[in-house]
Amino acid sequence: MPEVTKLIHKYLRHDKKFPHVWCPGCGIGIMLGALIRAIDRCGFTKDEIVLVSGIGCTGRLPVYVDFNTLHTTHGRALAFATGVKLANPNLKVIVVMGDGDAVAIGGNHFIHAARRNIDLTAIILNNSIYGMTGGQYSPTTPYGMKTTTSSFFHIEQAFNISELAVTAGAPFVGRGTVYHARLLDSLMEKAFLKKGFAVVEVISHCHTQFGKLNKMGTAVEMMEWQRDHAVTVEKAQQMKEEELKDKFRIGVLIDKELPVYLDEYEKVRQRLSELGDKKP
Amino acid sequence: MKREKKKNFRELLLQGNEAIVEGALKAGCRFFAGYPITPATEISEQLSVRLPQVGGTFIQMEDEIGSIAAIIGASLAGAKSMTATSGPGFSLMQENLGFAIMAEVPCVIVNAMRGGPSTGLPTSPSQSDVMQARWGTHGDHPIIALCPSTIKECYDLTIKAFNLSEKFRNPVILLVDEVVAHMREKITFYDDEEVDIFNRVKPSMPPEWYIPYEDTPSGIPPMANFGEGYRYHVTGLTHDIRGFPTSRPDEIDPFIRRLFRKISQHFSEIQFGEFFETEDADISIIAYGCVARSAKRAAIDARARGVKVGVLKLNTLWPFMRTAVEKILKKSRIVIVPEMNMGQISREVKRVNKGETKVFTINKVDGTIITPEEILARIKEVG
Repeated sequence: MPEVTKLIHKYLRHDKKFPHVWCPGCGIGIMLGALIRAIDRCGFTKDEIVLVSGIGCTGRLPVYVDFNTLHTTHGRALAFATGVKLANPNLKVIVVMGDGDAVAIGGNHFIHAARRNIDLTAIILNNSIYGMTGGQYSPTTPYGMKTTTSSFFHIEQAFNISELAVTAGAPFVGRGTVYHARLLDSLMEKAFLKKGFAVVEVISHCHTQFGKLNKMGTAVEMMEWQRDHAVTVEKAQQMKEEELKDKFRIGVLIDKELPVYLDEYEKVRQRLSELGDKKP
Repeated sequence: MKREKKKNFRELLLQGNEAIVEGALKAGCRFFAGYPITPATEISEQLSVRLPQVGGTFIQMEDEIGSIAAIIGASLAGAKSMTATSGPGFSLMQENLGFAIMAEVPCVIVNAMRGGPSTGLPTSPSQSDVMQARWGTHGDHPIIALCPSTIKECYDLTIKAFNLSEKFRNPVILLVDEVVAHMREKITFYDDEEVDIFNRVKPSMPPEWYIPYEDTPSGIPPMANFGEGYRYHVTGLTHDIRGFPTSRPDEIDPFIRRLFRKISQHFSEIQFGEFFETEDADISIIAYGCVARSAKRAAIDARARGVKVGVLKLNTLWPFMRTAVEKILKKSRIVIVPEMNMGQISREVKRVNKGETKVFTINKVDGTIITPEEILARIKEVG
């Protein structure tokens, strides 16, 4: 049996819910593939993984895979995940979100999860639009682009999700694209093994909405755009500022050590237990 | 030789919020997420010290939306969980409250009621979130809401809230008013006191046989915690018995009906109240929370003057105690419903009245408690 078939048999749910909801050509499937390969390589058991999502196209991802899966309310996946992880630290909690989910309605939870440094992995699929509801502008829609709620042109500036995560204090931030599938595998693997809050931004395409409205062509053409505009972190260091103007960096953007929440909380537990009835 | 007598009880002077903390810990609460808000903050402050001492976890979230999300997550991972807030925060929690109902996740939400709407009166009492507790989250849903009027009841009903949420896999709201939350009374804990603690029923079948939202005679399916080998899907979407999203009418209807049935066929286990001198009462007062205390005082004073007044104190506000209220409506010539809102429970009383008796209200919305004198004056006026 080829490797991919083995992984499908091992990790996808057999009982119900196929075919999936995504459009043919969607990048979410590629992200799901990378996620499964990375989990398999890290050697986690299916029982210890909790896969949490919010609402939107990406929010539908957990239903297809055979883990403990939690499909929450819009934008709140990280807050639910915080509770899961703190109540049972032995669980490996992975959160998948879309761009609207993570940095519009869930923006507050996102920056605070990054600041707090709880051992969670946040994977954010950024396709620059609200796909499921029909193509409205999201916080990552670039200036000047067309959407169904900015039919002339978009007048707002876009969030840079990875830079936002770095600034908010996340100790690990990586960015990949669904074109660079092997890089995505390794970024997710690194993120899963990182102790602390790890973010992987996945640049993807929504050819059904964003591509169509902005005449960017088919899914394949949009993936070629990703190929042409992504520059690895290593290569970007040798490039000049103006050469990088319409490019974005992919790879590990930051990887540093910070005190992890649950380790610190254990110290609080011990200190308070020693105090007993005495007020701290 | 002088023998030292060992005391087998502890007497404490506690605030309502502190008694809630004691009740929560007794019930087995091991996770709390909250956001500072008056008049519920003492619960957070105390649990931030007490929970880590018993191996539990306290976290202050970035807002109330995150707080209720975190307690739902923690409950799914196996911890008995609670949050505490007041009006503005309770408004923010409504969407995820519906999630907990839909996904059938046990959790306890304390709402220390203050004056509203909006920011309202942060340090003054009210009882104006009664209907919000019932209908605040969107969609048709069952809910349990308990309401203490003494410090002892704060302790007892918090334990009951946990037990009921674990048993019925439904969020339980503890509606406290600011008076009861901040008032101090003596409370006695006996060492040999036996407290019933209910823990969620876990599946006994092997994981491959487990159907997470299957109907049972009680209407309550057993609940597996994350990480125990029963991998299943939890969603706020309307789902089939396996937990997977569905839009099939023949799967939606039995699911929504089961959610209601699991509460409605167990009313006797959920509804608590107290009949005080109602046996021979000519005039009965139906009251709850801090107002029930004034009502009792008014009844005692009225009886001293020869007017037969009784009180039905409601400790369960939702599901509405229809049977108990009907008993009062049949017996009494006049029923008075005093409350610190424009008539939220009196509306329910009138709904079940059906012409049995005359129902009068006292509605006070100035941020102060209804006094026994005000109730006595109303008795005189309508009696």
